[in-house]
Amino acid sequence: MGWADPKLLPPPHIFLDNIAEQGKFFNTATRWQVGTSMTEGPSAFESVLITGAATTARVFAGLVLASVLAIGIGVLVRYYRFFDRLVLPTITLLSPVSPIAWLPVAIFLFGIGNAPAIFMVVVALFFHMVLATINQIDTVNTNLINVARTMGASKAQIYARVIVPAILPGMLQVLRMNLFGAWMVVLVAESTGVGYGMGQVIMLARNTFNPSLVFFTIAVIGVLGFTFDWLLRQAQRRILYWLPDTEERLRVL
Amino acid sequence: MSSENAPTFSSRDAVVCRGVGKTWAAGTKRAHEALREIDLDIAPGEFVVFLGPSGCGKSTLLYLIAGLEDATEGRIWSFSDKVETPSPERSLIFQETSLFPWLTVWQNVSFGLAIRGAAQDERRAVAAEALQRVGLIAAMDKRPDELSGGMRQRVAVARALAMRPKVLLMDEPFAALDVQTRARMQDFLLDVWRDSGASVLFVTHHIDEAVALADRVVVFTSRPGRIKTIYPIDLPRPRNLFSREAETMRIQLTELLRDEVDRAFAEQEAFAVPA
Repeated sequence: MGWADPKLLPPPHIFLDNIAEQGKFFNTATRWQVGTSMTEGPSAFESVLITGAATTARVFAGLVLASVLAIGIGVLVRYYRFFDRLVLPTITLLSPVSPIAWLPVAIFLFGIGNAPAIFMVVVALFFHMVLATINQIDTVNTNLINVARTMGASKAQIYARVIVPAILPGMLQVLRMNLFGAWMVVLVAESTGVGYGMGQVIMLARNTFNPSLVFFTIAVIGVLGFTFDWLLRQAQRRILYWLPDTEERLRVL
Repeated sequence: MSSENAPTFSSRDAVVCRGVGKTWAAGTKRAHEALREIDLDIAPGEFVVFLGPSGCGKSTLLYLIAGLEDATEGRIWSFSDKVETPSPERSLIFQETSLFPWLTVWQNVSFGLAIRGAAQDERRAVAAEALQRVGLIAAMDKRPDELSGGMRQRVAVARALAMRPKVLLMDEPFAALDVQTRARMQDFLLDVWRDSGASVLFVTHHIDEAVALADRVVVFTSRPGRIKTIYPIDLPRPRNLFSREAETMRIQLTELLRDEVDRAFAEQEAFAVPA
């Protein structure tokens, strides 16, 4: 069409066509070691899979850690007034800090490898998720709490048996929203120093001026993120079996 | 306060209120008085209906008796124990469904036993017995969202009964149901009440409901809620609600309420008019 240079903005049929060509840039840390020949090791396709899996694993680990910590701290904040006074202001204070600002901290603390990347994901999600947890706790139906109270439930029992199950649906929604945030921040973290990962490939593509590789990686990340979200939605349906299916209710309009 | 020093009540009574008052958000700008000077005695096994205009504090009194809120004035006793905290002896049933959506029907019914750490077999047995009494044994393993509104309220009643309460507190429990279901639920409740021997305190703003159910109707004034009068319904049970006596009682109760509803309306309009 002439308005875009295919070398700079390659169309999909070009950057998706040559997986073998693109694949050799993936999983480079293991394949480009000194003394390893180009023909050895995993094939191009396997390399893309290995790299994608590594990044997905970091996102997953970060999400799990962030959720457990955030729900735990959120519950403690409402449970103990002491936590409310001490921890909540700190969390609100740190909440607006961009994950990028934490990147040096991640490297100071954990050096190079998986740990700083996971730390970045956790730090990007944790603060918002704590605030979301507290919000969810505050909107639990008072009747449910009062029923438990009239049955003689203690404070701990009310939290364990009423409040935590009642906030789960909202928390899974929050988790899904934050999933995409996790994918964004993991690339930044990986671009600075991990053995292999999608972020490292993007950085490599940028430094070697390889637009085709950039778009190929973007496509792979999109597919991975989409799949992850789909899996999470399935998990949500299994875990939250008591929620009615409301996806279809607006179709009749 | 003299009311605190004068515990003149029969210790066998199910509920005794002396000089009970409640002010919400006391000491702030938003403070408003919901209840004033409530003196009330409820006998064991008695069916008492609280009748009054919306916002008159009748539900508030129920919450105070349940022990979910503290009275700002006066004292409440139940079977000679001072009411300070909620107790399984005084079960509360709400207007909206208050079943735990993540538990099955039988798990909901035996929730109170689970709190006490009872074994699963025992919990299931107690739940089955309570569900038998409300005619829902077949729905034992269903989840609340699979049930109709009337069935859910019957499960809520079963859950209250499973605690073997001495006082059943009901906050407009049938308000969300259609007219036919409501009539059936009233018959059902009377059966349950007879079997259990518990006192029932039942909040409603329906005069028909009061005449159908109550031994005595406590008529409340509009805000702040005070007891305007206590109206006995001495119709034999089962009641013929189309009888001349029932009709006369409905007319008298309507007249008792009319002034209060008018006052409540005038007050709401005064709020709505911009200054």
